[in-house]
Amino acid sequence: MHIVSAYDEDLKFLAGRVAAMGGMAERMIENSISALVHNDAPMAQKVIAADEQLDAAQREIDERALAVIARRQPLADDLREIIGSIRISTDLERVGDLGKNIAKRAISVAMSRQPVKLFRGLQSLSELASAQLKDVLDVYASREVGRLGSVRDRDYEIDAVYTSLFRELLTYMMEDPRNITSCTHLLFCAKNIERMGDHATNIAETIYYVVTAEQLPAERPKQDRSHDVTVEVDD
Amino acid sequence: MSETDTTERTRSALALYATRLSEARWVVAVAVAAILFVAAFSDVSWAHIVIPVLGVVGAAALVPRTSRMRRRREAKAQALLGPLERLSAMRLAAAVPDPLILFDQTGRIAHANQPAQTAFGSVAPGVDVQLRFRSPEMQELVRALLSGNDRPAGVDYAERVPVERHYRVSASSVGAGSGLYVLVFKDQSELRRVDRMRADFIANASHELRTPLASISGFIETLRGPARDDPKARDRFLEIMNNQTGRMARLIDDLLSLSRLEMKSFVNPDERVDICLLVGGVIDSLNQLARDAGVEIVRDIPAEPIEVPGSRDELIQVFENLLENACKYGASGGKVEISVERSGPGPEAGVDVTVRDFGPGIPDEHIPRITERFYRVDVEESRTQKGTGLGLAIVKHILSRHNARLTIRSRIGEGAAFTVHLPG
Repeated sequence: MHIVSAYDEDLKFLAGRVAAMGGMAERMIENSISALVHNDAPMAQKVIAADEQLDAAQREIDERALAVIARRQPLADDLREIIGSIRISTDLERVGDLGKNIAKRAISVAMSRQPVKLFRGLQSLSELASAQLKDVLDVYASREVGRLGSVRDRDYEIDAVYTSLFRELLTYMMEDPRNITSCTHLLFCAKNIERMGDHATNIAETIYYVVTAEQLPAERPKQDRSHDVTVEVDD
Repeated sequence: MSETDTTERTRSALALYATRLSEARWVVAVAVAAILFVAAFSDVSWAHIVIPVLGVVGAAALVPRTSRMRRRREAKAQALLGPLERLSAMRLAAAVPDPLILFDQTGRIAHANQPAQTAFGSVAPGVDVQLRFRSPEMQELVRALLSGNDRPAGVDYAERVPVERHYRVSASSVGAGSGLYVLVFKDQSELRRVDRMRADFIANASHELRTPLASISGFIETLRGPARDDPKARDRFLEIMNNQTGRMARLIDDLLSLSRLEMKSFVNPDERVDICLLVGGVIDSLNQLARDAGVEIVRDIPAEPIEVPGSRDELIQVFENLLENACKYGASGGKVEISVERSGPGPEAGVDVTVRDFGPGIPDEHIPRITERFYRVDVEESRTQKGTGLGLAIVKHILSRHNARLTIRSRIGEGAAFTVHLPG
């Protein structure tokens, strides 16, 4: 509580806008994957249009946060809260961009119909990523930072699934060169989803810092081993 | 003990007197002023002034403000009010079977009933509703309510983690002037899931049934044409066709059992199950299959029971699937170990059940994905073992309903270990 109630209003506004952005970003992930899997071009257009709202919300948060810093000269936890909202909104805006990119690719992939099995892995990867984002944003609401422990585990899982998916898509491309166009698009989609998971992990770190004023303990196993995946060509 | 009691009592009595005095301060002040006024115009001694003043102050401090008779009258009126007027909002909320959340004008949760806490986890009082329910529709709904739009409204809300659930949310303000608003969540998951199940079933079934169907129709064609008069080929083809129809039947069984699992609404398992007994039963029921595969089952199960909350039938299915897989795909090791042990203490408390085979092992890149539907490490191997590609998907689904965890460790050539961690 502050003596100036408008200050409380400002902080509440920032947290509310961040949560609203989170809701939009979660919806965009869901819709973009559904557009991709169900070959749904109108849905993809909707996702692309929604990204503008997310960008606008981020600009709004930035401006308001700067105004609060200039006017109220916040200290300690208020300052962390405000900086946190700027950082989280940046991450969410990136998640939105990645969702938009998936939606764009959905339209290209739709041109050449692909077998269902190509999408299954992508779907389970996106389920992991949206679960990650949801858990993290729930902690933003409840401030129970103890729940952030599982975030690292899930990040590891997302990276492992991504690496496996990478290998699978490479195999499809080698089986039949006609698959290359759509498999490349799907590969980028998978990469985008994996990046969403990373942004969720960033948000978790920010929240931990905002609440406790300490950094989330730094061990972070890097499991994305797609950089050294090669597929042997057998003749 | 009695000493602290006495000081405690003195302190509370003093506090009571102080409140009475402060409540009556204006009346006391006027009375004292009147006494002083009278004293100023008459010739009386100091004692004659001090005694009435003390009397007034003392009476104000000692005499209770409401008489016993009035209190009794009020209690009687309260009793006459009837049950409805005396009902507290919390009790009413507790009696509602659907998740219900009360929040105040600042958007903070004032109260969430038990079903709401089960369904949404972190909805402690003080949490901002708009932060917890972030979907654009919910944001709009709460904003409309808080800005004074009194009309009751409803939106759809979906929660996808850990288990997919759909709600119809209705919102309205609770009476004029109370400053409270209520959100009621009506679970519509089953309706949604029936729709989804039909769509999924058709998509999956048509895809997975096509292969055996194509092979059967191919053999029928051959039997009608070139192999018409070849009894040897006919027998062989009929055998293959028989295998294929068997596979289709198993596939439909598994798809149905997965769909049934998804259909069931989300309930926290409240039954308590003795894991040792349950795993023992599963081993006994699969002994024949293990013998056929040439596998010896080695058990390491404690004698005393270990109980965890869970659904018996579902957990039996989990361990059956895991053990069956171990016997089928790890048969070359000749041995399957199954162990039950307590884990914990602390947040990890519970029970770990490990099914370990000594077969060829699972390559690293497949491990994160083998619980996906229809994901097969080796399509041919799965076909010959009569696998449907759904066994581990069913396991994973059941475990996520139990808040349990499946850990898979494997090294090529040394076998694989599947560990189920059930929270206690």
